[in-house]
Amino acid sequence: MNKFRHILSISLITALTFLLSGCQFAMLNPKGIIATSEMHLLIDVTLLMLIIVIPVIILTFVIAWRYRASNKNAKYTPDHAHNTVVEIVCWSIPGIIILILSTITWISTHKLDPYKPLDTKSKPLIIQVVSLDWRWLFIYPKQHIATINYINIPVNQQVKFVITADSPMNSIEMPQLAGQIYAMPGMQTKLHFMANEIGHYRGFAANYTGDGFANMVFWVRADDKQEFNKWVKDKQHSPHKLTMAAYNELSKPSKNSKRQYFSLPEDNLFNKIIMKYKKPAPHLTMTSHNIKVTDR
Amino acid sequence: MLQNLLFGKLTLDAIPFDNPIIMGIGLPVMVIFALGFIIPVTYKKKWKYLWKEWITTVDHKKIGIMYIILAFVMLLRGFVDALMMRSQQALSVGDSMGYLPAHHFAEIFSAHGVIMIFFMAMPFMFGLLNLAVPLQIGTRDVAFPYLNSLSFWLTVAGALLVNISLVIGQFEAAGWLAYPPLSELAYSPGVGVDYYIWALQIAGVGSLLSGINFLVTILKLRCPGMTLFKMPIFTWTGLCASVLVILAFPILTVTLGLLFMDRYFGMHFFTAAAGGNAMMYVNLIWAWGHPEVYILILPAFGVFSEVTATFCKKTLFGYTSMVWATIAITFLSFIVWLHHFFTMGAGADVNAFFGIATMIIAVPTGVKIFNWLFTMYRGRIQFTTPMLYTIGFLVTFAVGGMTGVLMSIPGVDFQIHNSVFLVAHFHNVIIGGVVFGYFAGFIYWFPKAFGFKLNEKIGKWAFWFWLIGFYVAFMPLYVLGLKGMTRRLYHYSAATGWHPWLIVASMGSLIILIAVCLQILQVIVSIKNRNLPAYKDVTGDPWDARTLEWSTSSIPPFYNFAIIPQVEHRDDFWRKKQEIKAGHKPPAPEYKDIHMPRNTATGFIIAVFAGIFGFGMVWNIMWLVCLGIVGIFASVIIRSFDSNTDYYVTVDEIKKIEAEFLHGEVL
Repeated sequence: MNKFRHILSISLITALTFLLSGCQFAMLNPKGIIATSEMHLLIDVTLLMLIIVIPVIILTFVIAWRYRASNKNAKYTPDHAHNTVVEIVCWSIPGIIILILSTITWISTHKLDPYKPLDTKSKPLIIQVVSLDWRWLFIYPKQHIATINYINIPVNQQVKFVITADSPMNSIEMPQLAGQIYAMPGMQTKLHFMANEIGHYRGFAANYTGDGFANMVFWVRADDKQEFNKWVKDKQHSPHKLTMAAYNELSKPSKNSKRQYFSLPEDNLFNKIIMKYKKPAPHLTMTSHNIKVTDR
Repeated sequence: MLQNLLFGKLTLDAIPFDNPIIMGIGLPVMVIFALGFIIPVTYKKKWKYLWKEWITTVDHKKIGIMYIILAFVMLLRGFVDALMMRSQQALSVGDSMGYLPAHHFAEIFSAHGVIMIFFMAMPFMFGLLNLAVPLQIGTRDVAFPYLNSLSFWLTVAGALLVNISLVIGQFEAAGWLAYPPLSELAYSPGVGVDYYIWALQIAGVGSLLSGINFLVTILKLRCPGMTLFKMPIFTWTGLCASVLVILAFPILTVTLGLLFMDRYFGMHFFTAAAGGNAMMYVNLIWAWGHPEVYILILPAFGVFSEVTATFCKKTLFGYTSMVWATIAITFLSFIVWLHHFFTMGAGADVNAFFGIATMIIAVPTGVKIFNWLFTMYRGRIQFTTPMLYTIGFLVTFAVGGMTGVLMSIPGVDFQIHNSVFLVAHFHNVIIGGVVFGYFAGFIYWFPKAFGFKLNEKIGKWAFWFWLIGFYVAFMPLYVLGLKGMTRRLYHYSAATGWHPWLIVASMGSLIILIAVCLQILQVIVSIKNRNLPAYKDVTGDPWDARTLEWSTSSIPPFYNFAIIPQVEHRDDFWRKKQEIKAGHKPPAPEYKDIHMPRNTATGFIIAVFAGIFGFGMVWNIMWLVCLGIVGIFASVIIRSFDSNTDYYVTVDEIKKIEAEFLHGEVL
C-alpha cells in the first residue's frame, strides 16, 4: 500500500511539473489594473460559491453512502415529504449567497465598465483598433502611425481603445491587461486599460471570423515612456505609408500575420472605415471585399 | 439554362470528391448505416410492417421510441465531430497543422453544435415526453396524435438535410448560431448557411408543434382527480418546457427567416453594410437560445425527480417547492439572454441587471438540488444505473452551476467569454445535466417502452466511463480558458503551453468513446436476452415505482389504460399498491368502448415534401420548391377532408387484449 502511495505521489508531481512548466495562466497573472481587478473578482466569487458547492458535493456522497439500501441501520422515513423550516432554509441559503453576489456584481460591473476612463491623472493614449480579415490594424491618430498585429504602449499610462471592424464581428482580448470587447463593422466600441509592468503581452481575436481566425494574434509591448516615444519616432519615419490605396490592399483577406509598421498620412482613416458601412445600399455590391473606401 | 432550371446551383462540383475524410470515411459510414438498416428490413420482408406500425403510427409511445432512436443516431454523428475536433486540437500545434484545414474544422464545430442541440437533445427530450407524459397523466394519447407524427417526421427531415450537406455541398462554417455578418452572403457565399437555415426552420416547426401538443395534452387530458399539483414532477417540467418552446421557437423562426431574406433577396436586416445590424440577430437568436437550454434541462430535472423518489423508495421531498422552482426557472429563463453578449458594449446598468437576473436562477436550481438531497436523506437508496446518473449529476451540476454563476458576472465574463472555459461550462451543464438526465430517463423508462430491462452491469460501466471521461475531457478546458485559450481554434502556437492539456482532453473524449461503445453493447446484450427472467418485465412495474405509467403493463396496450385511472393523491399508484398490500381489493374492471385515432401517413408525407422544399431552397431548384409547397398544401387539404380519422375499440376486443397483456394483476 505504501509503495503504491509512493508511486502515486511521484507520478502526480511529475504530471504537475510537466503540465505547469513553462506556461503561465494568463488570467491569473495579470499585468494591468483592469485585469487585476477582474482576477480578484473571479477568485472572490469562486471562494464565495465554494462555501455552498463543497458542502453540497460532500453531502451528496455522505447521504448516498449512509442511506444505501443495504444499510439497514440507517433511519428510513418513506413518507417524509415536507418540512417548512427545512424548505425555508433551502430557499434562503442560495438566496443569501446570491444577494451578496448581486451586490458584488452591481458594484464591480460599474467599476469595470470598459467604456469608463480609469481613475488616473494621466491622459489616455488613444489607439484605434480595426479588425480585418484576418489581422489587427492599430492606428495611433495623434502619433500618426499605424501597426499590424503589434502595439507598443507606455507603462502606467491609461490606454483608450476605440474599436471597429472591417470584417465580420470580432472581439479583442488581452487577458493579462483587460477583458474583451466586440469589434463590429460600422460601429465603434471602447475599452480602457493600463499596463502596470514592462513586458510582452499576448492579445488575440476571440469571436470567430472565418478561416484565418486562429492566426489573429497580436502582441502588446508595454515599455517606459522614453522607450515608447523612441519607438513612435522610429515608426513615424517608416517608409511604408498607410494611404487609402495601401489600406484597401491591407483590408483584403489574408492569413499573413506578420507585424507591419506604417506612417500615417491620412487624417481620418478610422472614421472612413466606419462610414463605409453607413452608406445606402445602391453603392454596395454583394461582396463586401469589393467595397472600396473612397476618399471624398 | 436547362441545367439551371433542372438543378439550380447544384453541380457535380458540390460533391467533395477531393476530401478524403468525407469521401473515405463519412460517406461509407453513412452508406453502411443505411444498408445495415435497409438490407435486414428487406430480407425479413418488414417494409409493410414498418410502414403500418411505425412510419404511419400516431401512437405516442412509438413516436417517442422513434424520437429516441433519432437522438441516438445523431448523438453518434455529433460525437464523431467531437472526436475530430479534440484530435485536431491535440495534433495541430506549432509546425504541425493537424489533419483538418481551417474551413473543414469550422464546418465540424458548427455541425457538432447544431446536431447535438437540435437533433440529439431536442429529439431525446420530445422522445422522453412522448414516452412518459401521456402515461403519467393517465390518458390514451396526446391531444393531437396526427400533429405528433408530423412533428416527429419534420424533425427527421431537418436532420436529413444536415446530413445530406456532408456529401452534397457543405455545411455552414460560422458556428452553431451562425452569427452574421459572417453568415451573410458576403462572407459565406456557399450553401452551408442555407442548409442550416432550412434544416432548422423545418425541424423548428416540428418542435413548435410538439410544444403546443404537449401543452394542450397536459392541460386538457389529465385523468380525473389529477389536479395540476398532483401531477408527477416530470410532467410539470414537460409542461414548463412546452410553454418555453411555444414562446421561444417563433423567435428562432423569425430570426432565421430574416437571415434568409438577407441572403436570398439582398435585404439588410443583419448585413454589415447599408443599415443592417448584426447586434439585432445576436439579441434575437439568444432570446430563443437561452430559453432553449432550459427547454432541455427542465425535463432532465424532471427525470431526476422521478428517479430519486423511485430508487430512494421515498416520497419526493418538497414537491411544492420543486414545482415553484420549476416555474420560477421558466419565467427567469426569458430575462437573461443578454448574458451571452455582455461584451457587445451595453452599459454597466444593463449588464449588471442581466448578470443579477442570471444568478437569481441559481436560487430555484439550488432549491431543487437540496430537495433531491433531502429525498435521498433517510431513504433506502438503490444504486441502479439511473440513480448513479442522478448522483453523478448532483456533483457535476454543482460545479457547472458554479462556473455558470461565475460567468454571469460581467467583469469576469469579459475575461472568459468565448474562451474554452465557456465551452467547458456549457458541456459541464449539458453533459452533466441534460445528457445524464436523458440517459437516466432512457434506462428508467426503457422497460415500459420495450417490455424488458437494460443490462445493469454494462450500464453501470458505461456510466463510469461517461462520468470519468467527462471530467478528463472538460476539466482541462476550464484550465485552458484561464490560460487564455479562445474557442474554435484549429491551430495554435507551441509557446502557449496548451498542448499537454489538449492531449489530456482528447484522452477524455476517447474514454467517452468507450462509454458510447458500452452503451451500444448494453442495448445489444439486452435485446438478445430480452426473454430471460432477469430482463423481462411481466409486472409492468419493474422498479416498484410511484407514478401512473407503471400501473399499466410493459409494453402498454396501444390504448395505454383499459380503464382511465382515477386519482386522489400525488404518487397515487404507490398508495394504491400499499392499499392492495394491506388487503384492499380493487373493484372488478368495468370496460367501456375506447375512442382511438387512426394511423395516418399524412405526417410522413408532409415531412417528405418539406424535405424536398428545403433541399430545393438550398440549391435554388425552383421546381423542387414548388413541388414541396404544392405537396404540403395538397396533403393538408386532403387530410382535412378525411373524416375517417378515428375508431372505437369494443369491450370484447379490450377484454381479449387485456387477458393477453396479463393486465389487471397489479390493479
